[in-house]
Amino acid sequence: MKRYTAKPLPPVNLPELRQVGKPLRRVDALGKALGTTSYAGDFTMPHMLHAKAFRSTEPHARIRRLDIQRARAFPGVVCVLTASDLPDGKLASDMPGQTGQKRRSGSDVQILAAEIVRYVGEPIALVVAETIEAAEQALELIEIEYEILPGVFDPLEAMKPGAPTVYEPDNIVARWKFRRGDVETGMTAADLVITNQFKMPFVEHAYLEPEAGLAWVDEQGVINIRVCTQVVEHFRSIARALNVPQNRIRIRGTMVGGGFGGKEDITVEILLAVAARHTNRPVQMVYTREESFSAQSKRHPFVITHRTGVTRSGRITAAEIALIADSGAYPYLSPYVLLYAAGMATGPYRIDNVRIDAAAVATNQTFTSAFRGFGGPQACFAYEQQMDAIAQQLGMDPLDFRRINYLQTGDKTASGQVIESAAWLEETASRALEALGEKTPDHDAVKIGWGFSSYFQSYGRITWLHDTSRAWVGLEVDGTVVIRCGTPDLGAGQVNSLAQITAEILGVPLENVTVYSTDSAVTPLAGTSTATRQLYMSGNAISMAASEIRRVLLERAQKLFEEDLDNLDIADSRVFVKDRPEHSIPLADLAAMCAAEGLELHNLAQFNAPFSEPIDPETGQGRIWPDFTFGSMAVEVAVDTETGEVDILKSIACHDVGRAINPDSCRGQIAGGSLQGLGYAVMEEFKLHNGHIMTPSLSEYLIPTSLDFNPTEVIMLESGSGVGPFGAKGIGEPALTPAAAAVANAVADAIGVRIHEIPLTPERVLAALEKVAAR
Amino acid sequence: MTPQIVTLTVNSRTHQVALGAHITLLRALRDLGYTDVKNGCEKGDCGACAVLLDGKAVNSCLVLAWQADGAQINTNAGLGTQENPHPLQVAFADHGAVQCGYCTSGAIIAAHALLEANPAPTETEIRQALSGNLCRCTGYGQITEAVQAAAAVMQKVKGG
Ligand code: FES
Ligand code: FES
Repeated sequence: MKRYTAKPLPPVNLPELRQVGKPLRRVDALGKALGTTSYAGDFTMPHMLHAKAFRSTEPHARIRRLDIQRARAFPGVVCVLTASDLPDGKLASDMPGQTGQKRRSGSDVQILAAEIVRYVGEPIALVVAETIEAAEQALELIEIEYEILPGVFDPLEAMKPGAPTVYEPDNIVARWKFRRGDVETGMTAADLVITNQFKMPFVEHAYLEPEAGLAWVDEQGVINIRVCTQVVEHFRSIARALNVPQNRIRIRGTMVGGGFGGKEDITVEILLAVAARHTNRPVQMVYTREESFSAQSKRHPFVITHRTGVTRSGRITAAEIALIADSGAYPYLSPYVLLYAAGMATGPYRIDNVRIDAAAVATNQTFTSAFRGFGGPQACFAYEQQMDAIAQQLGMDPLDFRRINYLQTGDKTASGQVIESAAWLEETASRALEALGEKTPDHDAVKIGWGFSSYFQSYGRITWLHDTSRAWVGLEVDGTVVIRCGTPDLGAGQVNSLAQITAEILGVPLENVTVYSTDSAVTPLAGTSTATRQLYMSGNAISMAASEIRRVLLERAQKLFEEDLDNLDIADSRVFVKDRPEHSIPLADLAAMCAAEGLELHNLAQFNAPFSEPIDPETGQGRIWPDFTFGSMAVEVAVDTETGEVDILKSIACHDVGRAINPDSCRGQIAGGSLQGLGYAVMEEFKLHNGHIMTPSLSEYLIPTSLDFNPTEVIMLESGSGVGPFGAKGIGEPALTPAAAAVANAVADAIGVRIHEIPLTPERVLAALEKVAAR
Repeated sequence: MTPQIVTLTVNSRTHQVALGAHITLLRALRDLGYTDVKNGCEKGDCGACAVLLDGKAVNSCLVLAWQADGAQINTNAGLGTQENPHPLQVAFADHGAVQCGYCTSGAIIAAHALLEANPAPTETEIRQALSGNLCRCTGYGQITEAVQAAAAVMQKVKGG
């Protein structure tokens, strides 16, 4: 590989701000550092009970006999609930009317399995006891007999006629199609047609905090549920499942100890609601690590096949892509994850002739759902290896080849959506590559390789889901600020961003802002902390609310100072005349003045994302997302050709974040996301064998430690072109997306042969090396 | 299993509690309200439950409560307060070393034990000392930076 130099950036005019863009200490940071922040599993109440789930040990079976008598009689046990206690104990897992696809009957999640279990870990009974020890011991006393049913453990097998069905009529959970231009013509125009297939495994979120919560019925009869969740709006599905009005369920979210998509679906809260309602006592439930692994979602395994036509000069003329995703035992968010993977399957490239066919298929394995990137990293692993493979066949430098095809602002994606913001692909790739510096020389059996990848990834929800977010800001008469906003904070700084934006607009120090968040009953609903949407959605909502208060303040100050509005400003809790700053008034005094005159110093704002019609089901054409983030990652790897071990010596992540609201926090998102991606590349695989989990805990399922890789170097670019506040784009999910492909490309560079499947374990590397040797 | 009376001295407060022989120090501490000691796995894989036991960092899920009978136990929450935070707590907050915060108390305990033994560790020494403390959020770089920054502050304080 040659040496690269950074492509100059187009001129950008980003105004210098007082607080936004500064690496301030996050409002949530000190409490967490002091150990005083309470997490979902830390809350207790008088007379609290403990719940434990009895779970399936079979991947597919009929429950012949379930005997809970001995468990129920165990001292300290208050009740043992089964499906018979929950007459319509179903929870919608697919979302009708939202994917534009018919909802599949029989695919709803069973709160407690009634007749059939479909994966190892599916809950069957719920023991509620006075102590956790009693609940644990009673679990051992539950007797069960299964009639084993034939299972299906491979999506390709599951698609074949005659395969065992997870639920009727067949195993296809969802399909998407994209058709643009004419693929046959495009392939005919090509000088070369290159086909490759790529595979990715199940991956575990492995947040440090296992799922936990506490529920009780209050004096109004409202079921309160304290829980670590990404989605307080689940109160609606819980109400539906329990057949109670929606205003009788209140989710009080807590600081979340990591989510990454794994706490996007309902976890303990439904079991807690059932138990609290049944016993009329507070009930706590905390998953063990093993339960967290078996009972919650995983990243989708995919098999992605690319057939790409390209001219000798390096122009891509057509792409035909097939994607198959393993949805596991229940649909959950599979239809959407599939849509994301398919809609971004071409990568950030201008391709006029496209045919994409995608299917999600049910198997008797742990269900799959949201995981940071939501299909994007899987798509990227495939398209970016394909790009390198094509460049190699053409004898072109991989960046030169990509440069010919990279999307530009104004170009269209596979669904025909126009890219509206800056598309800094070469800008990020050339910077990441430049930062690799000098290539480390090979030594002995160790071969050094360089690789990179570029990506595009949406932020914000699918536009036909008509997303909204609400936020409330109030200025107290002493000049301090209160925010109320439903945003769940997963640790990515969601709440801090709201505070920092508000502090900027109202000109108060960040310490003077207090945030109340993530309560479905008392904080305005801000939507889910998913889809990299909170900064975009709630950030815009809070800007609107704070700006409205600013307007009231400045209009009052205008009368006071008899100055033009645009000659007034607020900073350091003083309102002042810009060109004569000695003319000023403390914000508190102005606030008191406004309050005395009945002016409103509070505002509830709602931000609506652009609304669109669903895409055409036959062609996939139409708008899908609000906007995209672009970036690249470059890595240097060392491959030990004797042991097969892959070491990542250097990794550089360069992303256009639009505008970093808090640069430290933003860098943390990128560094942490990159490491998750490097783990995905070389070490992580949630393994199942015939539906049984082979990696049941953190002893077997290894995630990167502080020693595994050198920290990723982060280069943040700011185009200011995003649709978030101050031109911000979203970075939470995109941070992870390019890593695995970059590593795979670097390994191919090091050893001269491409490995099409992650993780790049020593066994796979050695097998690949044998193939080269045999040539 | 008849419970035994165990004396646990935690952050300078002494508790006498009747505990079954199989109860881990992690469960005992959390039941006493020391909820900054986190449960991430209950089998020694994650380090979220780390506490100082007579000055040594241990995973409290691997220690039975009776084994800590009479010992001095320190948890992260005992190291500092809002008004008077420990330099490690300040550095973690200021260097982006805290994201979700679930690993933070354990990581600060491990860092504390390291700095007691080695007041000016290298980056590699820090990464080694914290290798038992999993963090899924930060990518570790900012944690290492925070420990280095705290070490510098603590040395200055010591040096007067
Ligand atoms: S809870 Fe003790 S090491 Fe994980
Ligand atoms: S900050 Fe979340 S696990 Fe470390």
